[in-house]
Amino acid sequence: MSGPRIALVDSGGTNIGSVTYALERLGATARLTSDPADILAADRVILPGVGAAAAGMRRLREAGLVETLHEVQAPLLGVCLGMQLLFDRSAEDGGVEALGLIPGDVVAIPPAPGVRVPHMGWNALEGLADDPLLRGVAPGERAYFVHSYAAPVGARTVATTTHGGVWSAVVRDGLRWGAQFHPERSAALGARLLRNFIVEVGR
Amino acid sequence: MTLARRIIPCLDVRDGRVVKGTRFRDHRDMGDIVELATRYAAEGADELVFYDITASPQSRAVDVEWVRRVARVIDIPFCVAGGIRSVGAARAVLHAGADKVSVNTPATQRPDLVSELADAFGVQCVVVGVDSLRDEDGVWRIRQLTGDPDATRALPVPTLEWVPQVVGLGAGEVVLNCMGSDGVRSGYDVEQLAAVRAVCAVPLIASGGAGAPEHFTEVFRDADVDGALAATVFHSGAISIPALKRDLAAAGLVVREVPGAAA
Repeated sequence: MSGPRIALVDSGGTNIGSVTYALERLGATARLTSDPADILAADRVILPGVGAAAAGMRRLREAGLVETLHEVQAPLLGVCLGMQLLFDRSAEDGGVEALGLIPGDVVAIPPAPGVRVPHMGWNALEGLADDPLLRGVAPGERAYFVHSYAAPVGARTVATTTHGGVWSAVVRDGLRWGAQFHPERSAALGARLLRNFIVEVGR
Repeated sequence: MTLARRIIPCLDVRDGRVVKGTRFRDHRDMGDIVELATRYAAEGADELVFYDITASPQSRAVDVEWVRRVARVIDIPFCVAGGIRSVGAARAVLHAGADKVSVNTPATQRPDLVSELADAFGVQCVVVGVDSLRDEDGVWRIRQLTGDPDATRALPVPTLEWVPQVVGLGAGEVVLNCMGSDGVRSGYDVEQLAAVRAVCAVPLIASGGAGAPEHFTEVFRDADVDGALAATVFHSGAISIPALKRDLAAAGLVVREVPGAAA
């Protein structure tokens, strides 16, 4: 599976290493880059991210990558914060204008009795749409989530998870996908999703 | 509730090897860190904690080389504890591929460290470990420098005040190590964990005392913790993770069962 050129956008997040290793385990090689030309030349683009929305957007702006990400024609996958940044806005850090690549807003998960925030751990995927990214994934399979903000379920939701309310676990708009959980740390399910992103989508 | 309760083996690391002994002395080599991490991941562990037992008491930084080796091979989250005293040290460990860092004594010495870590990496990366023991007046209070029995100090801070304080500073998860039950294998300190649960808004992980499968059932059911950490019972093979998860599921608890996990 050494085929497609994968650009891993260097957003400064701390999960860059784990995403790189997860792709390596699939036999794929990703180039960590903040060079617009590299990103636009890639066959697949992954926007990783761990941390806060304001800092994430600031890094993308400073690197001049906001326009670049809008120009990407290849399949794009945002992971965790990377997924949240694909939306129009996030409520984190008092409200942050995000990339606006997928319509919708990201909101805080309201804590409630028995609903701990951050939402941390292995939760079940439900409401699975027929989507190439989710090929071979069965309802109820578990993925590893760590987040305090989330995208409400909407027209772009292709998988959900429940923590207090029901939230988007995977979203899709055209050739743009986002996974709220961490495929790089979600055992066999995560490997399946990354493999699907590399070989199944956009065919 | 669909979020699974987590089973978390804890591995003590010395010089890149997994060791086990009486808690802090006479360490016995348990094997290569990557081999053991891979085995636990295959058996269905939900997460791993690596405690660098040399970095903390000797004031050394964690050697990130073994962190990188682990990150390369395992596909479940892991946390590194021991020896992390600064944002820089935490960054090195996180960039090497760890998902979370856990701080204990350094947080008691300088609580602002917790907010610095949360500001730099987000609360989801920041775990605060709390060593707690009931004093003669019946109050649970925290301890520091527990990595070295000769240096361990009792602090005047009640555990039920310390936990909300560190959560307010930015801890995204708390591991409560109940020292009174640690190493005894007669069960988690459900009473103390339930009391801490009531004041802890973030995920809470039980540590200290696991000896039998029913101890896990009790602590999840009666203290409502999010995860349970144990070392000896997993290392010795006394409890197998797939069998434990079947027991927990049979007791009505939500767990992540891994099809085909090695028994």
